[in-house]
Amino acid sequence: MATVLEDVGRETIEQLDYVGSLNIQLWSTIRAMKCALPLVGNRYRWQATMRQALQVGYDALPIVSLMALCAGFILAMQGATELRRFGAQEYVINLVVIAFTRELGPLLTATTVSARSGSAFAAEIGTMKVSEELDSLRVMALEPVEFVLAPKYLATLISVPCLTVVCSLFGIIAGGLFMFFSSQLSPSFYFRYVLESMLLRDVVAGVVKSIAFATIIAHVSCLEGFRVRGGPDSVGRSATSAVVKSTFLVILADAIFTAVFYLTGAH
Amino acid sequence: MPIISVSDLVVEYDGRRILNKLNLEVEAGETMVLLGGSGSGKSTLLRQIMGLERPKSGSVVIKGADITTCSSSELKKVRRSMGVAFQSGALFNSLTVEENVALPLREHTALAPSIIDLMVWLKLAVVGLADFGKLYPQALSGGMRKRGAVARALSLDPEILILDEPSAGLDPIVAAELDEVILLLKQTFQMTVIVVTHEMASAFRIADRIAMLYQGSFSLIGTKEEIKASRNPRVRQFLDRVPEDITNPVAVSTYFQKYLERKEAFL
Repeated sequence: MATVLEDVGRETIEQLDYVGSLNIQLWSTIRAMKCALPLVGNRYRWQATMRQALQVGYDALPIVSLMALCAGFILAMQGATELRRFGAQEYVINLVVIAFTRELGPLLTATTVSARSGSAFAAEIGTMKVSEELDSLRVMALEPVEFVLAPKYLATLISVPCLTVVCSLFGIIAGGLFMFFSSQLSPSFYFRYVLESMLLRDVVAGVVKSIAFATIIAHVSCLEGFRVRGGPDSVGRSATSAVVKSTFLVILADAIFTAVFYLTGAH
Repeated sequence: MPIISVSDLVVEYDGRRILNKLNLEVEAGETMVLLGGSGSGKSTLLRQIMGLERPKSGSVVIKGADITTCSSSELKKVRRSMGVAFQSGALFNSLTVEENVALPLREHTALAPSIIDLMVWLKLAVVGLADFGKLYPQALSGGMRKRGAVARALSLDPEILILDEPSAGLDPIVAAELDEVILLLKQTFQMTVIVVTHEMASAFRIADRIAMLYQGSFSLIGTKEEIKASRNPRVRQFLDRVPEDITNPVAVSTYFQKYLERKEAFL
């Protein structure tokens, strides 16, 4: 019994320590972010931010677009199968638009970025830690939070909402392709219906979610990198842990957002 | 007044005492060599002098500031007067050698890029890497990486130069060249140099004083002559390269007893 209590207590303390570390890291990054901004900040940090934004955003465009096309097509097909029974096939358009702007766009993008860039952040920072690069930054009187984390966070904040918009767009295009091939609905009619069923508040909610997801991915992944101890094997473990934890927290955050929107009637 | 003063320094990891009430004073312009076996606490002492870790008790005063208690801005000020070359080199793999050396200049000075280029070339020339500045660290040999790290440590013309095992893993010719570079720096710029090394020849070539660490305490601190003439058994063992007697019957029976105890505990 005592052992069980000890284990529960130790695990609770570890989780609280993790949450505390995430909070401290978030606030110190926000304080350091002005250095990564254009014009007012350090131009080398801004250059680093742009490089990171290209890696997180631009390089992920093909895979995010392809996944959105597939998911949009699947959603439209599954929806049409059920809605056809009630003679409501035209509602497939509403289904695709609402699903992508509110949920699938932000969620698909976040999971992709978590797998691609979250693991890369953790591995990069972890390698810097085991090869003493972070220590050498400190002894050069440079803050790793400002030098490494702030550009990554800002780049993720820029890229993830942009990718979310692209993801939603490709999902909706996939719905249009399905409707064209299954019901010969012309693209112009389809996009007119899309604009009618798309609500600004849904788009805003999707972008707000994507900003929150970007924060989760950047901070969880970087913290996993900073917590690396030991040799190269722990770098691999930190990359895996970054993907698992950030994906889980993204889905948890999505559930909380959806519950809040549902209860407040924002949807 | 010493430029570095370590007083009653105690460092513990997980309850295990690594440094036990160390006292050390390094005068300005002096070359202090830290000698000692693996695990004797040399690198831990260096990390304390760099302000990378906080001790359990004691103080490390550098240029009048106690870096164990001072504010982060004071610590940064002290660090700007230090140049450190880590054991692994710790050059940033994402930057070329030139960019590595230019980094502290870019970050801490307002010099024009053309001046920075010239200074970088000079630093690289001092360590014999003037023709290799455009290469990335991965493309360099171990010895060249270490020399690159020394060039970066020199970039801000520091008052204190800290070198962690600069000649480990280098061939005797390159190691001797590095010794000459250290002597040149000392003569030309009156730098205070702290070197951790296992190489006896190198230590006796460059040192003004030598501090011998054994199990977290200093066995002896003295000039080269005092060290050579010492009768201290640990110093003599180190200088005469006498191995620990692992075939001693008492030692063997102790190991065997420990093994049996562990096995019983496991079963």
